[in-house]
Amino acid sequence: MLVSALAMVLNKNAVNSAMCMIVALVSTAGLFVLLEAYFLAILQVLVYAGAVMVLFLFIIMLLDVDKEENYEYLKHKFAFLARFLGFSLMFFLIFNSFSETHLPSTELVQITNEGQAGINVYTNTAKSFGQILFTKYMFPFQVIGFLLLVAMIGVIVISKKHSMGAEE
Amino acid sequence: MTIGINEFIIVSSLLFLVGFFGVIFRRNTIIIYMSIELMLNAINLALVAFSRFNNTIDGSIFVFFIMTVAAAEVAVGLAIIVMLYRQKQTVLVNELNQLKG
Repeated sequence: MLVSALAMVLNKNAVNSAMCMIVALVSTAGLFVLLEAYFLAILQVLVYAGAVMVLFLFIIMLLDVDKEENYEYLKHKFAFLARFLGFSLMFFLIFNSFSETHLPSTELVQITNEGQAGINVYTNTAKSFGQILFTKYMFPFQVIGFLLLVAMIGVIVISKKHSMGAEE
Repeated sequence: MTIGINEFIIVSSLLFLVGFFGVIFRRNTIIIYMSIELMLNAINLALVAFSRFNNTIDGSIFVFFIMTVAAAEVAVGLAIIVMLYRQKQTVLVNELNQLKG
């Protein structure tokens, strides 16, 4: 997964990069399955690897971007130093923070599908997922629905305004 | 299952790092958008891992919301990119510099 993500970032061709991104997203879904979040894994494949990537590929094909990127800015004198410092700092931070001694590795709790009083226990069925979604998280759910509506109207307005401008 | 939370968090941090450097180093707006999606995915992975190991489902619900917001954001962002391309005939950010003061 990390290899395909790296390939995505490093690939010069936008279409190849999108293909590598699909591999990365699907393998993330695989990791979700490992975590026994089956509903989210299905959602990941449907929403990301399906809808979002089709949108990306459509835009790439539509715009037909074959222009060469200019990488002159990477050859600046301080750019090498800055990149080296940034990379080493990040890797140092990550591997120092998450080595075995810092995060206690807890035992995995066996999944039970009965709820306990007060806490919402982790379950792997879509049914209990929906139950919590529609009781405790009802308001955020409606806000999300409204957000999707706003985004849809926004996209329509953006493309509409342009076509009117083209007619003038 | 023998994979601990550390492995998940390391993978998710590295994924976030890759997306982050993608945003910094690439100049193609579409690739930058894909890198942003990659970073959101890394956060999703970390949230699910934490939620699984904490034995509460709230993190997974958050992941659901993040996915929805990301889908909406991609739609709007790609519409903006298409509009920019129609006006400027480019998707490279170093040529989209009218906002420079």
